[in-house]
Amino acid sequence: MIAKEKNDPTVNACKLCSPLGASFVFKGIENCIPLLHGSQGCSTYIRRYMIGHFREPIDIASTNFGEETAIFGGRENLTIALDNIIKAYKPSVIGIATTCLSETIGDDVPMYLGSYVNDRKDLVIPKLVHVSTPSYKGTHQDGFYATINSLIETIAEGGEKTKTINFIMNLFSPADIRWFKELSECYNIESIIMPDYSDTLDGEYWGEYKRMPEGGTKIEDIQKMGRSIGTIEFGNILSEKGGAGEILESKFGVKSYGIGFPVGITNTDYFFSLLESITDTKLPEKYRKERGLLIDSYVDGHKYLFGKKAVLYGEDDLVLGLASFIRELGMIPVVIGTGRKTGLLEKVINEVIPDYKSLNISIIENIDFEDIGRIAQEKEADILIGHSKGYKVARDLNIPLIRVGFPIHDRIGGQRVRVLGYQGTQELLDRIINAIIEKKQSDSPVGYMAM
Amino acid sequence: MEISILKDREKQIVRKGKEPFKIACGKQSIAGSVSQRACVFCGSRVVLYPVTDALHIVHGPIGCAAYTWDIRGSLSSDNELYRSSFSTDLGEHDVIYGGEKKLYNILISLIDKHKPAASFVYSTCIIGIIGDDVDSVCKRVEQEKGIPVIPVHSEGFKGSKKDGYRAACEALFKLVGTGDTSAIGTYSINILGEFNLAGEAWIIRDYYKKMGVEVVSTITGDATVSDIRKAHGAKLNVVQCSGSMTSLAKMMEEKYGIPYIKVSYFGIEDVSKALYDVAEHFNSVEIMDKTKAMVFEEIDRIYPKILEYRKDLSGKKAAIYVGGAFKAFSLIKALNLIGMRTLIAGSQTGTEEDYKNLSEVCEDGAIILDDSNPAELSKYAIEKEIDLLIGGVKERPIAYKLGFGFCDHNHERKEALAGFVGMLNFVREVHSTVMSPVWKFTRGGSV
Repeated sequence: MIAKEKNDPTVNACKLCSPLGASFVFKGIENCIPLLHGSQGCSTYIRRYMIGHFREPIDIASTNFGEETAIFGGRENLTIALDNIIKAYKPSVIGIATTCLSETIGDDVPMYLGSYVNDRKDLVIPKLVHVSTPSYKGTHQDGFYATINSLIETIAEGGEKTKTINFIMNLFSPADIRWFKELSECYNIESIIMPDYSDTLDGEYWGEYKRMPEGGTKIEDIQKMGRSIGTIEFGNILSEKGGAGEILESKFGVKSYGIGFPVGITNTDYFFSLLESITDTKLPEKYRKERGLLIDSYVDGHKYLFGKKAVLYGEDDLVLGLASFIRELGMIPVVIGTGRKTGLLEKVINEVIPDYKSLNISIIENIDFEDIGRIAQEKEADILIGHSKGYKVARDLNIPLIRVGFPIHDRIGGQRVRVLGYQGTQELLDRIINAIIEKKQSDSPVGYMAM
Repeated sequence: MEISILKDREKQIVRKGKEPFKIACGKQSIAGSVSQRACVFCGSRVVLYPVTDALHIVHGPIGCAAYTWDIRGSLSSDNELYRSSFSTDLGEHDVIYGGEKKLYNILISLIDKHKPAASFVYSTCIIGIIGDDVDSVCKRVEQEKGIPVIPVHSEGFKGSKKDGYRAACEALFKLVGTGDTSAIGTYSINILGEFNLAGEAWIIRDYYKKMGVEVVSTITGDATVSDIRKAHGAKLNVVQCSGSMTSLAKMMEEKYGIPYIKVSYFGIEDVSKALYDVAEHFNSVEIMDKTKAMVFEEIDRIYPKILEYRKDLSGKKAAIYVGGAFKAFSLIKALNLIGMRTLIAGSQTGTEEDYKNLSEVCEDGAIILDDSNPAELSKYAIEKEIDLLIGGVKERPIAYKLGFGFCDHNHERKEALAGFVGMLNFVREVHSTVMSPVWKFTRGGSV
């Protein structure tokens, strides 16, 4: 169901705006600097929001609209901004995302960029990738997907097929993105991971200043994505126009496999079986063993979790993955909520939890934290699973919050939170069980030292 | 790596020396820069945010409301309504057909539900462009609901953060003068520009109380609408954070004849001066005596501890980059007290006079910056071999990646840094970061 009527306010939003999603993706491209075409506040707010989570320097430039810019159009500011960025950063790519302001005044950014390039034919200029991200349309997820699509549309090329696999990321943590690198090595397969902000948003100590942190998907690799053997794209509810995998398939004939997040045993099994069939390689011993360990801990922990009621909120594909995982342990996701509005969530949940109606599970799109708090209380939830903005609800209800996803502004290590694969699931499982145990232990007047 | 400075920015950076001081400032940030500044909306939002029993509605698409949900460390002694983020969350349909009706309906339903004492309606970037007449919607709701519903014209692109401060002051000024002032005495003040971060306003109010001075309202830390309504009954406005609140003080001076003084509550020197200035203004021997006694007692309590920290910190080098220049000025003095040298000082919104004053308290060779960015801050921090950066969350990773200490002095902080006790907290925080053994690893054992 959709939470809001047309004239309802959003109270304590459970979503962010689309230029933020665009910034995430552009940060995952090598030598790329994001440029938001609009007011200065957009880039500053988004930087501050991302810095609070990643605790890394995050440069996002702005075309800094002034009053005249809004009247006469943003062409001049865009031109000056590009000149200045090229001078200061020497980037390989400039990722230009619009904002509600530049969209509403009707700036024709592709035309501006076209003539910018035309006027500088003799110069080597960075690739300019434009994405339309008005914040009145969709959420940060839509900005994320649209930007991936735009990069693929602009950069990917066809040609002779290789044995490479494309992994198209969703809003994963840097630690989860690293897992794809690790498994590519373990499988001994060539892969292209896109976008890859595992180093740019979770970097080592520098000791010197870097305008652009090292890492990110290389432009050459995005070019090669049209020649890969296949694409695995994570997310069942991507953009209206389909995901980047579909673009690669229709343009270059690269077979596309859109799958849910590999969280929990069923989803991760499916992911590995797919990988086995595409690459014709058996599951490496490492992962077979991780799977066995995970099943062992499912058994160890099952009684703590059976029947426990969880509230899941955040990006639709994340809550879908989490719902599937916690059902494997007999938990009930009494609320599955997302701030996004596509009308598709209930349908995909139905595929994973066909008995959701008899389990009294509320599946809610366009949800905000006012709704989440109210429904969590009505349903007497035992635990919240989602990002840190659920803290107040958890505090009011005196139930634990397991922090996953983005943002995590009230703990350290948001960039290292794992949920994917057998091992990521294992880490998440341990945290959930321990939170339930801790709550029971601290609520008890006895002071048990063994639980 | 050599960090180059954009040519257009050169005039906004000054190295203190023999040349007469000249800096360019108050300019719009250049396109393509990664400025640490925000926008008009941000300025309005941070100033009005702490009004606790008002309904704050952000009119526009979701981003602006989402990024400013519960962003300040401002505390309330009662109502918590201000901590919720209300948005009209405009969608494509609203942008095409206008958002007035939605705003109206939302205002009515939220006012019915939460019974606020007033409502502030913040316009974000696109509101004027899609042609919403927010003023008339506010007027209509005000008439129907009988509470002030005040439009805040804070479209992001219409100037800088300072213009947002002004819009907020104009909104507040609409409330001032509408309350009953009959119970207000002669020795009474308003505290302007104090936002009760981590309870700082409570610390300051307590000082004034001990002096025998009545605080009519704190604008806006832990403020209620009814406090603000009767603010015109106070006999003096004491303005901190002069960048954001001087315009309100001026408006009140003009209309109600209330004089104002500028103060700062950071650092022993400035907080003492702030209290003495108020005592002096009222020209009462009794108040002055009480003030002296209190200041001596407070200093006695913290000074020996500060001297202990000073032993470790003396000679260490600091960089300051904050929102307003007035705060930078206090911080330099506070750092001086613990023997630290300030080699870089800058702000997002200072005036030429601010920077001139700053340069006077800095040593030769110090760098003065207006509207700086991460690249420049890093360049000079490396050059000056800085041990400490004082700034906000956006500046923190610069310090940490380069390998030196950081102290959060922005509006998000959760530690009280104002007043005498705040000075001790400040010194403790500076000590805990500058003296940490972790720098041994980041600087390859050179510490």
